Amino acid sequence: MKAPAFRYHAPRSIAEAVALMSTLENARVLAGGQSLMPMMNLRVAGPDHLVDLGRIAELNGIAEDEHGLRIGAMTSQRAIEKSLLVATICPLLAEAIAHVGHQQTRNRGTIGGSLCHLDPGAELPVVAAALDIMLTAAGPTGSREIAFRDFPADYLTSSLEPEEILTHIHVPRQPPRSGSAFLEFNRRPADFAILSVATTLTLDEAGRIARVAIAVGGASYRPMRLDAAEAALTGQLPNAEALADAAAIAGTLPCDGDDLYPADYKQDLCAVLVRRTLTIAASRAQENAHV
Amino acid sequence: MFDAHDITLTVNGKPVRASVDARMNLADFLRKDLKLTGTHVGCEHGVCGACTVLVDGASVRSCLMLAVQADGRSIETIEGVAGAGELHPIQAALARHHGLQCGYCTPGVIMTLRELDHDRAGGTLSEDDIRAALSGNLCRCTGYQGMVDAALELFGPAAAP
Repeated sequence: MKAPAFRYHAPRSIAEAVALMSTLENARVLAGGQSLMPMMNLRVAGPDHLVDLGRIAELNGIAEDEHGLRIGAMTSQRAIEKSLLVATICPLLAEAIAHVGHQQTRNRGTIGGSLCHLDPGAELPVVAAALDIMLTAAGPTGSREIAFRDFPADYLTSSLEPEEILTHIHVPRQPPRSGSAFLEFNRRPADFAILSVATTLTLDEAGRIARVAIAVGGASYRPMRLDAAEAALTGQLPNAEALADAAAIAGTLPCDGDDLYPADYKQDLCAVLVRRTLTIAASRAQENAHV
Repeated sequence: MFDAHDITLTVNGKPVRASVDARMNLADFLRKDLKLTGTHVGCEHGVCGACTVLVDGASVRSCLMLAVQADGRSIETIEGVAGAGELHPIQAALARHHGLQCGYCTPGVIMTLRELDHDRAGGTLSEDDIRAALSGNLCRCTGYQGMVDAALELFGPAAAP
């Protein structure tokens, strides 16, 4: 089908976009349009106004700063995929983004759009949860920082206020002696994930796990952090036994199931993917520790 | 029109000026306003890839982009691929390898392969690279092997540099 009628706005600055979102009724922000446009064509969404962020230059770009990377919300997934800076500073993001949709959708789809849309099968929110990324949003009273853990509010709903716009994503630099891994399970490559896991860990000088983060997508409306498994792993050597124990904990994660993929099936997937990502991440961390 | 916008863009190297309704997507603009019906419309929600065109050289789903968003951009469609009276090498290779059956997905497939050819910058691609790029183009005839064979002939390890 075709999208229902709406009015189109193409602001040239963040301030102009926020002003539009503050005054227009039933307005939606248009980022890359790879989720919102299908929803409009299918008549699932019917905004009266679209505020297209695609002409705001300050929302586009990848820059290195003291914490890691500062990525404009409208930076395309394809630009992130091709970025040497991203591959060097945050290999987990680089690894996961190749799983996002297809090349033809990554050319238009944006990192900010994916994080705000919060599809449970999407990859980028899972990476954001694993990395504890910070977000900057702009609103009528100025900018504010939001920790990603506070960002998902409900199914397909972020905690942004209606007049707020996500402007930047702050991705931390991977510390020394660290490794990460992203894996997902789906029936065809490039489909939305049935379940996905992003894992990042850092070893201490004795080779023990100093810090580990495990995030799971597809279990709930929001990415879930496996706090209990992370606590059990901290201070351990990353040997097969410790990783298997963590995977067993992961297999108890409460999961939303449906007729196709029941909860216990997802829990089995979770245990397997957690064990595999931990194994890969630990091996990469050991390689990085020896450099 | 509910919300008319004037746009200026380049389509297959030619300048185009038009007034479009905000809700008109790029695929419909190309097909209905410009009569460039080589771009096919399949699912209209970004899944099938039949409507793939190049926007500033990048492959995109033209059903998920508004015509108004193409303002100032350069679009290439299947009509811009072949030279006068002869097939583009990608088209010729698809023909040689039986890389199309009903032909509905073919324009989108060719635009994807155009981008792949540009991005490889003269490098060699593996079958996996080719299949990954083509995974965004559905073929209802399931004629993928011929497409992959054609792309491998052009971009694969055996292709002449």
